[in-house]
Amino acid sequence: MKFRKLVLTAAMVAAGASSVLTTSAFAQPREQFFPSLVYRTGAYAPNGVPFANGYADYMKLVNARGGINGVKVSFEECETGYATDRGVECYERLKGKNGGATVFQPLSTGITFALTEKAPADKIPLITAGYGRSESTDGMVFKWNFPLTGTYWDAADVLVQHIGKKEGDVDKLRGKKIALVYHDSPYGKEPIPLLEERAKMHGFQLSLLPVTHPGVEQKATWLQIRQNRPDYVLLWGWGVMNSTALKEAQATGYPRDKMYGVWWAGAEPDVKDVGDGAKGYNALALQHGAEPNSDVAKEILEKLHAKGQGTGPKDEVGQVLYMRGLVAGMLAVEGVRASQERFGKGKVMTGEQARWGYENLNLTQAKLDALGFKGVMRPISTSCADHRGATWARVHTWDGKKWDFTSDWIQSDEQIIKPMIKAAADKYAADKKLARRTPEDCQS
Amino acid sequence: MFYRENGQFNASYRADQQIFSIAQDRWAILAIIAFAFIGVPFLVDEYIFRAILIPFLILSLAALGVNILVGYCGQISLGSGAFMAVGAYMAYNTYIRIDGMPLIAALLAGGFFATLVGIFFGIPSLRVKGLYLAVATLAAQFFCDWAFLRVGWFTNNTASGSVSVSNLSVLGWTINTPAEKYLFSLTFLVVFALLAKNLVRSAIGREWMAIRDMDVAAAVIGIRPMYAKLSAFAVSSFIVGVAGALWGFVHLGSWEPAAFSIDRSFQLLFMVIIGGMGSIMGSFFGAAFIVVLPIFLNQFLPSIGDLVGVEISTAAVSHTEFMIFGALIVWFLIVEPHGLARLWSIGKQKLRLWPFPH
Repeated sequence: MKFRKLVLTAAMVAAGASSVLTTSAFAQPREQFFPSLVYRTGAYAPNGVPFANGYADYMKLVNARGGINGVKVSFEECETGYATDRGVECYERLKGKNGGATVFQPLSTGITFALTEKAPADKIPLITAGYGRSESTDGMVFKWNFPLTGTYWDAADVLVQHIGKKEGDVDKLRGKKIALVYHDSPYGKEPIPLLEERAKMHGFQLSLLPVTHPGVEQKATWLQIRQNRPDYVLLWGWGVMNSTALKEAQATGYPRDKMYGVWWAGAEPDVKDVGDGAKGYNALALQHGAEPNSDVAKEILEKLHAKGQGTGPKDEVGQVLYMRGLVAGMLAVEGVRASQERFGKGKVMTGEQARWGYENLNLTQAKLDALGFKGVMRPISTSCADHRGATWARVHTWDGKKWDFTSDWIQSDEQIIKPMIKAAADKYAADKKLARRTPEDCQS
Repeated sequence: MFYRENGQFNASYRADQQIFSIAQDRWAILAIIAFAFIGVPFLVDEYIFRAILIPFLILSLAALGVNILVGYCGQISLGSGAFMAVGAYMAYNTYIRIDGMPLIAALLAGGFFATLVGIFFGIPSLRVKGLYLAVATLAAQFFCDWAFLRVGWFTNNTASGSVSVSNLSVLGWTINTPAEKYLFSLTFLVVFALLAKNLVRSAIGREWMAIRDMDVAAAVIGIRPMYAKLSAFAVSSFIVGVAGALWGFVHLGSWEPAAFSIDRSFQLLFMVIIGGMGSIMGSFFGAAFIVVLPIFLNQFLPSIGDLVGVEISTAAVSHTEFMIFGALIVWFLIVEPHGLARLWSIGKQKLRLWPFPH
């Protein structure tokens, strides 16, 4: 009898679920739908949450401002936990919802790699602002990928240039030792080819120190650093790995001002726990740093948080990763605005139409200032051949309480990166038996 | 009433020894397989294919392999994720390094290399048993993680360590759409399930079970422990390796060693334990439980919230999913320690008496 009851309950639950799922399909379709792959749980949640909140708040702000030329936006979150298979499931779940997804931003290099194989078939663009495959800058091969605002090769290049400047000149790096402490995943390995290239050029010694996921165990790595005494340590971490590295550096006595993080290792959650121990630690800023005084942050406080519609806690607005969420949301929305110029103002764009917008993005300083990103961003303009749009970054330093900019804008060296992108993209195209796009295809 | 074997007499040994000796079972299974091949591709949408059915089929295959080792031969292994990884990476290497390599041959080659690795890491099983063996097989996991992250040859020297395949085709049949991928995985699963079922009913399967039940007694009656244990490792890791290759080629398309981490090994072991040790059917139940339930909960909870007018945040959904999932595992293990397969056979017993139980 117990068994029968069990079967009955299971059947009822299943029936209830199917009815619920079918009713939710009747949403109004005239909204521009932005799916949001987030991780609010797991080892990377401290960094994933502010980003997700920023993204959500920007979408709300767009609606408060009246939509994209009158088209309201909608968004839905799906929890990936930074796991590739869950990310793929989320992608499949959201891509057809609410009239079709406009663009995906997975915020994980692993998920980006998996989606790069799937997105072209579904005709949905991917924005990977500041992460993902570096060679996807080459839009002639990677039609659907947009590593807007910079890639890891730009990041590594800017860091080497900055360190060189500190030594007086890049050529002074000869004979110096630079260690790369990296997350042992596609994310952490991305900068290695560029650093090896730079090491060959300037004659510095590069040592590679991998840290396994999730990065809470780094004793062995820092023992090696204590023995080797590298002149500089580059940190390519994410989530708990960053704060652990700083604590280990403190324990080992490695000077924090000789440590340089990538733009994913330079936010408040990474240094807050370490506090004074992280004083002097430097990290790249993906154009922007912590910007609580920017116009857009103030506008969000006024239009959303003041009315109790904000997504996260109030004091998070303006933090580094929150701002990155805002920027990611802004790029997604502005691409749609650009494509509306061509395909009809005030209409809902499909993923394919939005792709054209991302490829022909021209965010001038005046436009950015009008959006509230004055002092936060530099102009971005993309083209068929260049899906990245900007190659500038700067360095900021943690003073124990807040992040302060400590360098000017630095541009990555196209002379070095361009041939590398071309070679890597050609290799990808050859492996996949893809032809480069023709100039006619760029018009479509 | 309908499910009874009265009046069905087996007139030959052949009839007596068939897999499903009851006609109703036979027809039901045939109908399910026919439906899976012919009906399902027309009925379900892309999301169900890609997010639920394909992972379910491939992980069922992997669970089947693990079940042979853990459920039938009694050798607890935590290296299954590693054997999947070997299958995926070696299939990748044979596929891209040899020009004109047929897809199926590449997948089977992945299984072959997984067999070699499986036998090698099965050697400790000759000396240690139980939990100690589980710890020893962990070595396979860590070794493979290391090898695929560090040795450039395995990943064709890609800078990021992530490899990808595309444009799959078998004899001119391109496997691109979700339905095609589903049918391809389903074919593999059906063939391997049939082979595995027959294997465990054969002499060698009985040897495995004898070793599982008491290895000293098995040795006394003339079963060679070394042969039985290593053959279980070989067969198991072959199937797991092919499943790994399918997981990489068909499901993910692009993967990195993290796709086959220690979590995957645990997941497969849980599938076997929850589904039912020593039961082919149990592998399917276990895989369904572990693959489908979290996704179902994840989508079901927000809908429940909508019904009562509460908006549940993404993080809360995720946490609740973990809690309910964990609670269900504990509940099932308490109610039926022999797994879902046992629940299924109890159900069948009751069905025979229904609707007139004594």
